Amino acid sequence: MPHDHSDHDHPHALLPPEPALRVKALETILTEKGLIDPAALDEIIDTYQNKIGPQNGARVVAKMWSDPAFRAAMLSDPMPLLEEMGFYGRQGEHMVIVENTPEVHNVVVCTLCSCYPWPLLGIPPGWYKSDAYRSRVVREPRKVLAEFGLDLPEGKSVRVWDSTAEIRYLVVPERPEGTEGMSEEELVALVTRDSMIGTGLAQEPGA
Amino acid sequence: MSRVHDMGGRFGDGAVTPGDDATFAEDWHARALAVTLAAGALGQWNIDSSRHARELLAPKDYSRFSYYEKWMAALADLLVERGVVSREELAAGHGTGRSELAGRALQADKVAGVLSGGSPYVREDAEAARFRVGDRVTTRRPARNALVDGGHTRLPSYAAGATGTIVLCHGGHVFPDSNGHYLGEAAQPLYAVAFAARDLWGEGAEGDEVVLDLWQSYLEPA
Repeated sequence: MPHDHSDHDHPHALLPPEPALRVKALETILTEKGLIDPAALDEIIDTYQNKIGPQNGARVVAKMWSDPAFRAAMLSDPMPLLEEMGFYGRQGEHMVIVENTPEVHNVVVCTLCSCYPWPLLGIPPGWYKSDAYRSRVVREPRKVLAEFGLDLPEGKSVRVWDSTAEIRYLVVPERPEGTEGMSEEELVALVTRDSMIGTGLAQEPGA
Repeated sequence: MSRVHDMGGRFGDGAVTPGDDATFAEDWHARALAVTLAAGALGQWNIDSSRHARELLAPKDYSRFSYYEKWMAALADLLVERGVVSREELAAGHGTGRSELAGRALQADKVAGVLSGGSPYVREDAEAARFRVGDRVTTRRPARNALVDGGHTRLPSYAAGATGTIVLCHGGHVFPDSNGHYLGEAAQPLYAVAFAARDLWGEGAEGDEVVLDLWQSYLEPA
């Protein structure tokens, strides 16, 4: 069996130790070699800083709450609809939508790295990528959720989705009570990022 | 035989800090992400080999590096491994001469298309599916790459040797254990497999489950 030779060779040690200088050195080297265009970097940052984020996922959830046919289609075959909404792209090529119910609460993690549905939620927050979340939420999800202020009632099951492949999971939180008369646009404002990861619930109206 | 990134179920990491939730906590985090994506667009590696480059960091580096420091270290290692940048250039902090790959550099006006274009991993040429929804399966134990000793795999150690139930069939997907080592995409059927929390951890509430996406060769009929 071939052995993984790269184990013995870590060129990164040649870079300056200070992280910001490491990034700068790599950017400088690659730019000087014509391999990256600094304007493209600005464009990538602007995309994930300002254009793509949890507001996309919130629109999907609010529409699922409001439109039973859309909801059914999203649960069975979401990709054509997501493409139509402009929510297809890198790290969101294969979405599966999982719905919270009175019986089951879903929560998403990537124990092996940091897989996350970028087109719907943007770049993952620091805690999602932390060792504590990655190591613990699979083993003791109820304790971890409590650290987010979410205490699940006994009798409600927890289903933790460990994103080990290129499938990306979006949680649809339960629609809060007292929202029956609300428009889709009003509902969007109740859907938090954490509620779509499963570490929170949708906000109550007026909260 | 696991690597340091394979931390699911580990004890000792302390509380989660929900307040750590900025998109980019530092300017250089954003720059690190962008440099990594732009360098990836040169096409000299794939998503599996880039993950493996992070996993190859020495455990002491993996643990002390912040998230984007891991990305930067792995990117430097990949650039040298794939012959895109030399060790001398890394040490000098400057590039010597235009690269023959320069024509592939991601231009600003192409960024939106590349990011929204995605890169699907479903393949039609995967081997035939052995399992259906509802089937009971047992995972490989130990969790290891069967092609390369110490190589990349997406079967976490905590789920090795466990028995669960197929809940979704995702179709044929590129196989990371092969693709991560440039040995071909070798697509296999991919399944979501649900395990009772009690079967993984020896404790947990009745009904609690952990679901993982696992490739066919990780699984045997239970």
